[in-house]
Amino acid sequence: MKLLRLVEPAMRQVSSCLAATVFTVSVLVAAPQMAFAAGGGAELEHFTPERSDRSLQRGARVFVNYCMGCHTADYHRYSHLARDVGLSEAAVVENLIFTTDSKGEPSKIGSLMESNMTKEYGKEAFGAVPPNLALVSRSRGVDWLYTYMKSFYLDESRPFGANNKVFPQVGMPHVLADLQGWQKPVYEADAEGHEVFSGFQQITAGKLSAAEYDATITDLVSFLDYLGDPNREARHSLGIKVMLFLLVFLVLAIMLKKEYWKDIPHN
Amino acid sequence: MSKASDLMSWIDERIPLTNTWDKHVGKYYAPKNFNFWYYFGSLALLVLVLQIVTGIFLTMNYKADGELAFKSVEYIMRDVNWGWLIRYMHSTGASMFFVVVYLHMMRGIMYGSYKKPRELLWIFGMLIYLVLMAEAFMGYLLPWGQMSFWGAQVIISLFGAIPFVGDAITLWLRGDYVVADATLNRFFALHVIAMPLVLIGLVFAHIVALHEVGSNNPDGVDIKKVKDANGKPLDGIPFHPYYSVKDLVGVVVFFIVFFAIVFFAPEMGGYFLEHANYIPADPLKTPEHIAPVWYFTPFYAILRAMPDKLLGVIAMFTAIAVLFFLPWIDRSPVRSIRYRSVQYKIILIAFVIAFIVLGYYGMQPVTPAGTWISRLCSLIYFGFFVALWFISRDEKTKPVPERVNY
Repeated sequence: MKLLRLVEPAMRQVSSCLAATVFTVSVLVAAPQMAFAAGGGAELEHFTPERSDRSLQRGARVFVNYCMGCHTADYHRYSHLARDVGLSEAAVVENLIFTTDSKGEPSKIGSLMESNMTKEYGKEAFGAVPPNLALVSRSRGVDWLYTYMKSFYLDESRPFGANNKVFPQVGMPHVLADLQGWQKPVYEADAEGHEVFSGFQQITAGKLSAAEYDATITDLVSFLDYLGDPNREARHSLGIKVMLFLLVFLVLAIMLKKEYWKDIPHN
Repeated sequence: MSKASDLMSWIDERIPLTNTWDKHVGKYYAPKNFNFWYYFGSLALLVLVLQIVTGIFLTMNYKADGELAFKSVEYIMRDVNWGWLIRYMHSTGASMFFVVVYLHMMRGIMYGSYKKPRELLWIFGMLIYLVLMAEAFMGYLLPWGQMSFWGAQVIISLFGAIPFVGDAITLWLRGDYVVADATLNRFFALHVIAMPLVLIGLVFAHIVALHEVGSNNPDGVDIKKVKDANGKPLDGIPFHPYYSVKDLVGVVVFFIVFFAIVFFAPEMGGYFLEHANYIPADPLKTPEHIAPVWYFTPFYAILRAMPDKLLGVIAMFTAIAVLFFLPWIDRSPVRSIRYRSVQYKIILIAFVIAFIVLGYYGMQPVTPAGTWISRLCSLIYFGFFVALWFISRDEKTKPVPERVNY
């Protein structure tokens, strides 16, 4: 009790200091933000990746069929892909390996997911080497990827006839046009008479309905999310065990400390 | 005599093992009133060991080569058994090192631990902080991502602001006209050999100096003044077992935070591992927004707040250098904040607020409002030391007790 009386005024002082600090910091940090809050750039759709094997398998199929012709992912191995999305190595060899090695043989299951397009050709064809996609979910984020894949539109002025709302003047063609069909952006006048982008309008139909296309992109971006952070599942499951161990250890450590410290007299 | 004590005396006749243990652990008397703030010294030592051990394992698979570095990190993350754990522990350890060291320094300032006779102890600590910044800066180049590359490019180019010799110095530091393979190789050598050696030497000196003068405490009372019949301080207790078991609690709590980050949020929302660093270094493509990692941003904000580059560089280095002189700037004989004046408490809180706000604006893209707030906070940062010099001269302090509060 004596200890409590001693500590209490100090605690009150400390907490009021802390409160003053937190308050001032938040005012100084938040004030300029409020002034800019009204503005805003291209809005990204919020995306929550799927984690099921089925979705990742479908995403992998889209990835190797439509993306890996140009984009490499050569940090990751086909064998790890098989292990992580619940496929047998044979199934991956049969269905997901379209690349070849330097001898022209199909890539081995243990090899890196390397595209067959050379950097030189990529640069010549598209003006820039198509980026490695293994880590794109970590540099761009899944919201960006999801919105980007849904924001291609018809633009005859571009070399490949496609432009993108999220990445204007992008060098990439609309690879999934045969699935999605073509769309064009619609602009509406806002209260001040400025033309504002309000959404897309479908011009020609693709093989998929709008809902089916969204589902395809969901699978693809979920797969890219996995590809950027392939150990997430292992990390989380080990993490929970480590946390439980540490919590038990904490209780023991506190008891040990109390046992020793009960000998120390208070002044 | 038993076999074990025979062996001990055999060793003790040849090397002072028992003596050293007693002097630094078994009979090292520490004040019994250490509080929360006193965990961070032992935690800093823990993180140092963690960084060295995880670092050794990383070097086994890392390639210090402009062509291979980025890919070798991904190799560690995907193909090396437990590579992701080792790498995330190292990257989280770097940030947590600074968290722990900043709190440790805050403790030193609050309780006047830099004051006589602990001036050298403080200076060794400041040198550790300085070397730690160099160590972290060089380590951040090694993954060879965009932020690694451009961060190094920006920071090294600061030396270009030095009149006459600036360009020669930047060229000498980089070993090339831009940050390049030569820079990566030398930073690797410095990061894994030179800096850790210096760091360990300084930490050794820091601990030797501490054990020579004894630990300060939250009351700033000199416990050696009141001793019992055996000459032991009445308010002191042997470091082992009392503080070894107490610090163990601190270690476990620290590990809970540390491993929660490692396992569940290794990027810490882009603060510990920046998003742009997942793109390989590209000398031809400048990222939209270059920001150093959070632990450098208070000083980066001071740099950017100045209207002139040379002035900015001077201000930034002065902001760190001035801390070395704290033992002489603060002239009050009273150590602990508990017995100091309201004026002192106010300027210290203002200093802490300014430091945090500067840290925030150092991470943000430049805006006019941000620049003005950074200028205000830079002024408060330096103003703290000026005000301290005057306030501490005839400060109205409260009476310091004879014995510690416990």
